[in-house]
Amino acid sequence: MGEIHVMREGFLPPKPPPRRHLISIGDLERDDVERLLATAGSFSRSLEREVKKLPTLRGFTVVNVFYESSTRTSSSFELAAKRLSADTMSIKAAGSSVDKGESLKDTALTLGAYDPDVIVLRHPQIGAPQLIARYTDAHIVNAGDGKHQHPTQALLDLYTIKEELGRLEDVHVAIVGDVLHSRVARSNIQALSLVGAKVTLVGPPTLIPRGIEALGCEVSHEIEAIQAADVVYVLRMQQERMAKGANYVPSLREYTARWGVTPGRIRPGQKVMHPGPMNRGVEIDPRVADAADALIETQVRAGLVVRMAVLYDLLTTGPVPVASPEPLEVA
Amino acid sequence: MLYVKSGRSRDDLVVRGARVLDPVEQIDAVCDVRVDRGVVAQIGANLETNGHRVIEGEGLVLAPAFVDPHVHLRVPGGEDEETIASGTAAAAAGGYCALLAMPNTDPVVDSAAVLGSLIEDAKREAAIPVGFLAAITRGQEGSELTEMVELAQQGAAGFSDDGRPLVAPALMRRALQYHGISGRRLALHCEEPTLSRGGQMHEGAVSAELGFTGYPSVAESVMVERDLSLAAYEEQPLHLLHLSARESVDALRAAQSKGVAATAEVTPHHLCLTDEAVRTLDSNLKMNPPLRSADDRAALIEGLRDGTIGSIATDHAPHARHEKEVPFEAAPFGVTGLETAFAAVHTYLVEPGLVPLETVLERMSAGPARAYGLDEPRIAVGAPANLVLLDTAASWRVEESGFRSRSANSWLLGQRVTGRVRLTVAAGRTAYES
Repeated sequence: MGEIHVMREGFLPPKPPPRRHLISIGDLERDDVERLLATAGSFSRSLEREVKKLPTLRGFTVVNVFYESSTRTSSSFELAAKRLSADTMSIKAAGSSVDKGESLKDTALTLGAYDPDVIVLRHPQIGAPQLIARYTDAHIVNAGDGKHQHPTQALLDLYTIKEELGRLEDVHVAIVGDVLHSRVARSNIQALSLVGAKVTLVGPPTLIPRGIEALGCEVSHEIEAIQAADVVYVLRMQQERMAKGANYVPSLREYTARWGVTPGRIRPGQKVMHPGPMNRGVEIDPRVADAADALIETQVRAGLVVRMAVLYDLLTTGPVPVASPEPLEVA
Repeated sequence: MLYVKSGRSRDDLVVRGARVLDPVEQIDAVCDVRVDRGVVAQIGANLETNGHRVIEGEGLVLAPAFVDPHVHLRVPGGEDEETIASGTAAAAAGGYCALLAMPNTDPVVDSAAVLGSLIEDAKREAAIPVGFLAAITRGQEGSELTEMVELAQQGAAGFSDDGRPLVAPALMRRALQYHGISGRRLALHCEEPTLSRGGQMHEGAVSAELGFTGYPSVAESVMVERDLSLAAYEEQPLHLLHLSARESVDALRAAQSKGVAATAEVTPHHLCLTDEAVRTLDSNLKMNPPLRSADDRAALIEGLRDGTIGSIATDHAPHARHEKEVPFEAAPFGVTGLETAFAAVHTYLVEPGLVPLETVLERMSAGPARAYGLDEPRIAVGAPANLVLLDTAASWRVEESGFRSRSANSWLLGQRVTGRVRLTVAAGRTAYES
C-alpha cells in the first residue's frame, strides 16, 4: 500500500484486433503462411481419426457465395466449415437475387443482416471481395476474384509442395501455360516468392502478361525451361476468358504441340501439379496427369485442411495485418 | 459561342492587396484591382474604392480565372449525375470562368435542334459562361459527319466525338478537310479500340500483378501519331484530348516542331497519379485513358512545363453513386474534377516544385482558351473581369458534402490538399465566394 502504480500501456484494455480477411497473398507475411501451413498440418492429422468432426468453430456461421461455377473450391470450403462444426450456407448466383439484377453491394448488405462470421466469395470481377468487406462485418475469404487472386489455392499448393518435397525454400517451380488469365498463377507467384521458392513462367508470349517479371519471377517462352524445375505447375487454358478472335494462340493444336506438358518433356521424378479442372490433351497429356508423380488429387486433399486452417485462423488466432490502402503518394 | 444565365448586373468591386499574377500580361505584383461594372478598370497600388465592395486579398493570389475545355455536363439524358446549373456552380467553385461541355450525351449533341435547346437552357441556368461542343459524327458512331457548318452557326464551340475514337482513317481525314470552314476546332479522343479492348487500367507491372486486362499506352499513341500525320498532310489544326502516354507527348512535340498546329490537354489526375494508385481498387481511380506509369507521368509534366501541352483539362465525368459502388472491373470510366483541379495540381505539382505556379495558372486559363479560339481571361484594363482569388496556403479536406456537383466520384475524397478558391468572377459577375 502507498505505492503508486503507473499503469503501463500493456495494462490498458486491448483494442479489438482489426478485422482480418484473406483477399490476396499480398496481405500475408511469411510468418502468416507458415502458421497457416502448420495449422493445416495439425488438422490433417485430426482427419485421420475415426470421428472427423472437430468442435472448434461451433456457433460460427460461414456463408459461401459463388458467382462463378466451381466444384472443388466450393465443396472444399463447405466441407472445411462442416469439419470444424461451423454452420454453413451456400449461395450460388444462378437462382438468387443476382438474376433479378441485385447489385453486389445490396447482396452484401442482405447477407450482412444475418451476421455471418465469414463470407467466402467467388466472383468474376476483380475487387469484389473488397467491396463485400466494406459493406459487411464478416471476415472475407477470397475464393477467386476474376483474374486477380485465389489465395487459398496458392496456400494449398504450398502445403502440397512442402508435404512432397519437405521444404519450400529454394524449390524451383515452373508455371506453364495461360498465365495471363490465371488468378492461380498470380497468387502462386506471390506465395512461392514469399517463402523463398524460385518461379519460372513458361508459355507463349501472348499469354504471359507484360510486366509480370516485377513480381520476382523469370519468364521463358520455351517449354524446355520446365526441365530445370522441381515442380511443373500446369495451368488450364482458360478459353472461357478469351474473347472470340483475340488470337492468343493460333489454335489449341499448335498450343499443345508447343507447350503441352507431355511425358517426353518432363524428367522422371519431377512433380506435376494442376489447379483443376484439367483440359486433358490440351495443356496436360493424360499420361502425365495420371502418373504417380502427379499431385493433383493430393492438392484437392490439401485444399480441405488448408481451408480449415484459414477459417480457424481468421476466427481464432492473432492478428494478420489487414492490407489497408496506402495513402496516395504525393509527387 | 459561350452562353450564361442572363439578367444579373455586372459587379463593382475592388480586390485589395493580393499578389496579382497574370503570366500572359506578365504581371506579378502586390497591388489592387478595381472592377467597374464587370470590367477591369484599374490596376495599381492604393486604388480608390469608389464605394465598391472591397475584398481583402492580402496573402492571396489574384489570377485570370480558369477555363476548362473538357467537361461532361451530362445533359441531356444524365440529369441525375449533373446539370448545367450544378456543373457550372461546381466549376465556379473550382475557379473557372468558362467551360466547354462534351457532346457524348443522350441524345448526342449532333443536331442544331439539340444544341439549340442546350443553349437555351444555359441562358437560364449557367452560373458561368458555357460552350457546347458538337459531335464530329452523327450519334458519335464514326460513320457520317455532322452538319458542322450549321452547328457552328447555331453556336457550337468545337467538334468532338469524345469518349469514342474516330476509328476510320478516311473519315478522320474528311473531318480534318471539312471542319475548317466551320471555323471551329476538332478535338480528338485518341484510342485504338482493338488495342484497348477490355482494358481496365494501364498495361504494365501493376496490371500484370492485379490481373486486369491492360489498356496499353500504345493504344493512345498510335492514334495520336495517325491524327498528327493526317493533320500535317491536310495542313489543318487539331486538339488532342486528355493525353496520358509519353509516346503521345513525344509525337506531339515532334509534330509541333514541324509546324503542325496541334494543341493538347492533360488532366490533373494524369499529372498527379500513376497506375500504382489503382492498387487500392478504388473505382474512383478508373478513367479513360487510364493512369499510366511514373515515366509517362514525368513526360506529361515535362510537356506541360515546356508548353507542348498547353492546357490542363479536368475531363470532369460525374457518375451516379451506385454506378461506382461496384467492383473496379464493373465500374464506368471517369472521375469528377472541377472543384478540385487547382488544389490537386497545386498539391501534387506546385508545392513539390515540379511545375511553377505561373505555368499552372497559364495552362488552366489562357492555354485552353487559345486552343479553342476563345478570348483569354486577362487582368488588363478594359478586359472583362474573369478573376480567381486563390489561397495557396489553405489546407482542406476533400469531402463529399462540400461538392456542388451532383456527383462525388472524386479520386481525392478524404484527402487533404492545399490551395483553395476564395472568389471567382466570371464575365464580370461574382460566381463563387467562400
